[in-house]
Amino acid sequence: MEATSHTFAGNARAGLANPVLRRALDMAGAGFPARRAEAIARLPEFDALRDEGKAIKDHTIGHLDFYLELYERQVTAAGGVVHWAPDAAAARAAVLGICRSVGAKTVTKGKSMVAEEIALNEHLEANGITPVETDLGEYIIQLRHEPPSHIIAPAIHLMKEQVEATFRAAHTALDPARPLAEAPLLCGEARAVLRPQFLTADVGITGANFLVAETGSSIIVTNEGNGDLTQTLPKVHIVITSIEKVVPTLEDAATLLRLLARSATGQEFSSYTTMSTGPRRPGDLDGPEQYHVVLVDNGRTALLGGEFQDMLRCLRCAACLNHCPVYTAVGGHAYGWVYPGPMGAVLTPALIGLDEAGDLPNASSFCGRCESVCPVRIPLPKMMRHWRERQFALRKAPAAYRYGLGLWAWVAQRPALYHALVEAKARLLGRLGRRRGRFRTMPLAGEWTRVRDMPAPEGRSFHALWAERGRARR
Amino acid sequence: MPSPPVRVALLVTCLVDLFRPSVGFAAIKLLEQAGCSVEVPRAQTCCGQPAYNSGDRLDAKAIARRVIAAFAGYDYVVAPSGSCAGMVKVHYPELFADEPETAARAHELATRTYELVSFLTEVRQVREVAARFDGAVTYHDSCSGLRELAIKAQPRQLLASVAGLNLRELPGAEICCGFGGTFAVKYADISDKMARDKVADIERLGARCVLAGDLGCLLQIAGKLSRSGSAVEARHVAEILADMAADTPPIGAPSA
Repeated sequence: MEATSHTFAGNARAGLANPVLRRALDMAGAGFPARRAEAIARLPEFDALRDEGKAIKDHTIGHLDFYLELYERQVTAAGGVVHWAPDAAAARAAVLGICRSVGAKTVTKGKSMVAEEIALNEHLEANGITPVETDLGEYIIQLRHEPPSHIIAPAIHLMKEQVEATFRAAHTALDPARPLAEAPLLCGEARAVLRPQFLTADVGITGANFLVAETGSSIIVTNEGNGDLTQTLPKVHIVITSIEKVVPTLEDAATLLRLLARSATGQEFSSYTTMSTGPRRPGDLDGPEQYHVVLVDNGRTALLGGEFQDMLRCLRCAACLNHCPVYTAVGGHAYGWVYPGPMGAVLTPALIGLDEAGDLPNASSFCGRCESVCPVRIPLPKMMRHWRERQFALRKAPAAYRYGLGLWAWVAQRPALYHALVEAKARLLGRLGRRRGRFRTMPLAGEWTRVRDMPAPEGRSFHALWAERGRARR
Repeated sequence: MPSPPVRVALLVTCLVDLFRPSVGFAAIKLLEQAGCSVEVPRAQTCCGQPAYNSGDRLDAKAIARRVIAAFAGYDYVVAPSGSCAGMVKVHYPELFADEPETAARAHELATRTYELVSFLTEVRQVREVAARFDGAVTYHDSCSGLRELAIKAQPRQLLASVAGLNLRELPGAEICCGFGGTFAVKYADISDKMARDKVADIERLGARCVLAGDLGCLLQIAGKLSRSGSAVEARHVAEILADMAADTPPIGAPSA
């Protein structure tokens, strides 16, 4: 997809002014954190589990080559094929190659953020293959030709009225007079429309929440069961995922699954947790004839050993989005690419560059709520600050801002001058603001006073008053 | 023989210095009541957080070095701000991670540095204050204090001893008010949305006054309250605890 992260500020204003988005986010904004809090309250060892999860991911990332090679051997032993894709183009080519080798016309897809990242649907369509999204949210936004606005709830920016209109426009073979105003009706219609797609698709593509090195298994979690139908019914199953999803053992995956569901939706466990290990074996009742895994790097290894390595722990649970006051204010589309919210603010500059995504790590008040809810304790604000440091070193900030900051820092290292200037400013602003106690407009602070008042200083600086008291005492 | 009083250096903070010296004097009063001898190192200006959070690591380090020197030798360093105390306590050691000698001094300073209310309750074991403030108030948990320094129960504990004061818990008290330093002007529209949500939550409570432990948040909240025509006052929690509210107009109110 075409990134629009460089117009974040404008995107954000559009999000703030969008009444449908406001209603949708206000509803969801309260729901996710409340359900997570309830689930965690029922699990006293949750914080210890977070430490365990962090340790599993850190260990795996520290030995990524070892576990990936072990994983590949086990996939191969189970009769599957691993395709290594250094970048998005290689990943697209690998998927297309597999689809073409079986003459595929339609593919069903489970939800995959990596597929979004490499713009897989556009590539398949351009090559005459029809992808059908089967996750309800993904299906809705595919019909609307929109990108996802949330990593686990892709259509969270919509209300059911928009979904109804979308279905009526797309499902033209159905009775135009049918009732469709309630969520269960919408779900039922999507289910009915998707069922034949599951049965006739030539290839099923899913993502993976985890890859298990010791068994060569891929694991997906869904609440709709669409992933199971996608990967079990067609003759070919392609798993597309990124390299940091690997974990050593099933036991490790189980630990992380306990963290994932609670952090994401507040469930103890997702409704469906499905493991796939290779194609159908002799005697199996179902399963695909071919099992492929496309392992995408696309910038991940560049993060190893650097200040952003911790980001590779991310489970894509979206707790950081759900608890972010910026995300819940502006919505996911404002971030302009695949990954929104705090995790996107760290990951996006790494994947598409700081020139395109430079706004994202800056658009944070550093409130730290994201880090406080992250199931694997990723220091998201710290890494956003690292991006700001890179930008500062590269002189990416506006010149006026850089010079202003530099001048302030220069003065702040000269206490006598600093104190004199603060006292002068306190006296001046104190006198000007005494009558009202606040300023409705203020030169050089226009962006502050555009949206709120500036309280007036009391009229003297603390240090000046303290110095006078010292003299009086003597 | 009575033990010598503990020597506390006040980290005034740049916002208190410029906007609201009353908070500094309230802090000194509370510290002296708790048996401390308070000094104010003249060599301090700001903790350097604006540079640090803007990615200007060199200037942040230069300022931090001066703070480390200015506050050497005191028993404790106390700031009426979770944000500035958090900068010294949590971020200075990180800032000098690649300079072992300075890092050691930063760590040493960090162990002596506290936010005002948590210092009173945890180090000086203060359980109550002699203060009166009539009416319902609410309390906003500033992000740095809450999440970097675990300040949550401490101000409530002391506020419970203020005569006449009735604390009403603010729904969403742990959600950011949208200040965030330069964030408030760089992304004013987003900051404004966060402030509007905060002010709406405050308004619904029907409290007379909103309190917090950080002047940054209070400038944002007071500025938004007055812009939206609200009569709710905003004050630093130290002003109430030090019983100085009667002599000090609320933030953003005309002076007598």
